[in-house]
Amino acid sequence: MSIQGPPEERDKPVGVGEPSAAGSRSWRRAAAPYVLLLPSAVFMLVLFGWPVLSGVLQAFGYGSATGFTDAYWDRMAGDPVFWAAVRNTLLLIVVLIPVQFCLGIAMALLLRAKPRFSGVYFYLWAVPLAISDLAAGLVWLSVFTDRGYLNSLLEQLGIAGVDWLNYQSTTKMLMAVVIAELWRSTSLVLVIVVSGMQMTPRDYDEAAQVFGATFWQRLRHVTLPLLKPSLQVALILRTILAFQAFAVAQALTGRQFPLLIGETYWWYVQLNDPNVASAVAVVVLGVSMVTALVYLRLLRSPDAGAR
Amino acid sequence: MTVVEKAPAVSEERPLPPVDERPLRRLRLIRIGQQVAAVAITLFMAVPVYLITLAAFSSRAELNRFPKALWPRDMSIETMSAFLLSPGTGVLPALINSLMVGVGAVLLALLIGGPAGYAIARYAFRGRDAYQMFLLLTKSLPVVVLAIPLASFFLTVALYDTTYAVILVHSVLALPTTVLITASVFVAVPVDLEEAAMVFGCNRFGAFRQVVLPMSLPGVAASSIFTFVLSWNEVLAAAVLTLDVRTLPAQVLVSLANSPLAYQFAGGFVLVLPAVLFILLMRRYLLNMWGSTIR
Repeated sequence: MSIQGPPEERDKPVGVGEPSAAGSRSWRRAAAPYVLLLPSAVFMLVLFGWPVLSGVLQAFGYGSATGFTDAYWDRMAGDPVFWAAVRNTLLLIVVLIPVQFCLGIAMALLLRAKPRFSGVYFYLWAVPLAISDLAAGLVWLSVFTDRGYLNSLLEQLGIAGVDWLNYQSTTKMLMAVVIAELWRSTSLVLVIVVSGMQMTPRDYDEAAQVFGATFWQRLRHVTLPLLKPSLQVALILRTILAFQAFAVAQALTGRQFPLLIGETYWWYVQLNDPNVASAVAVVVLGVSMVTALVYLRLLRSPDAGAR
Repeated sequence: MTVVEKAPAVSEERPLPPVDERPLRRLRLIRIGQQVAAVAITLFMAVPVYLITLAAFSSRAELNRFPKALWPRDMSIETMSAFLLSPGTGVLPALINSLMVGVGAVLLALLIGGPAGYAIARYAFRGRDAYQMFLLLTKSLPVVVLAIPLASFFLTVALYDTTYAVILVHSVLALPTTVLITASVFVAVPVDLEEAAMVFGCNRFGAFRQVVLPMSLPGVAASSIFTFVLSWNEVLAAAVLTLDVRTLPAQVLVSLANSPLAYQFAGGFVLVLPAVLFILLMRRYLLNMWGSTIR
């Protein structure tokens, strides 16, 4: 859960140092952690707290000439690309997340079975963890572009090439983006699930095996319930991060397959309208928060209070 | 007694029942299936990295050819050297900016996050849980929500379009993870050693510097590399907060629309390369970093 520190206050070096200043020392002792935390708290309030507040205000026109207004929201909603971006972002999440979790859990189960070379496999499967979504987009661009490696392979097999990134086919673009995201971000699920598996004892699984449970029964009734906390974390993180995907689509399709964050970027950089850009950003923030809350509520186990 | 003694003799005379080989065969089949699945997943993960390397080191003629060869046929460094060195692309300055921002973010995140990690590891105090909840909350904030208001803010304080602005944002993005990793590292250093140092006349800071710090260096290094990679990969804030002083990903992103495919492949390769090295260096800490400390 959290870092386990000292269970209770350790009144350390008692009687060491200057005994006469005991009162001021204990005061200093009580203040010490706050002094150590202060820089980080201030830093985060200034660079996290203030911008979020100011972003929300900016979306309602605070600080601009118009004063408080919902004109920016109208402008945002009036842009047809915005609704395309909403649809694409939701489609991406709905398609990507289930596939990704099946793959990630399967990979973790494979590693738990300890096949030969599992150390090498784990390393290779973890590499995309450190690859940015822009880089992933460029990598898969070399595969999916018209004269790219996939069409080259098809050509050599005697199959006619496919226009994978055709701007008229949302399905194909969605598929390309999903594959690139699947490649890039499944490692995060893998790492979280593997570390979750390391924390749960295998005894339950072995006991179920002794009593004759099949693989699927054990997976359904033993392994997955034990992994629930890890899966919950992975699900929340991955969904929030999937809302933030944009450079993959940007690299693969330009603005042909708009995503929400890409729209923020577009409004800010190309149309030079920070207010509408903030409005889109606030939409992303709100949707991420609501998703996290819904997951927490849905996945809360009956014994959550005890944990 | 006699019955027991007789029993083995009887069974020796009887022919052994035939060994049921089916479970063994099934196990072998399962093992083979596992290897096949593992190899298939490995191909999915590794082949794209191979292909982008191939594309980045293919000659122009090879890149224009169709169908392309899937093995190295016509290798050349002309694309890479043109990408890195030609002044028009602005890649070399962007690379230097990226390195400066990365190192700056690492130092700032450690300087600010390290003490907080130490406080969480060593003291029990009111508000400790609230602070940790706050850290988790900040981890889930979309970067874009921060980037746009901060851009206006940095404009007013003359930090806009400087590496300092990007350093500030990257270090605050890395701060929650830095605090959590350093805290887990400091927890692992026994308090007794620190107390012993204090008994022998060190003050708290001296004990930290001479005992705790040397013992926690590997973990601190891990958190530094994490911050560096985060900063190396972060594109949105870097692109929003700068115009001329671009970091490498920002430079690649803004020139996507008007650069030839060869440059995009070279850019992809340069962006992927550190990731491969990073995971190699961090294998031991991977599970800690994204597993237990994530909550």
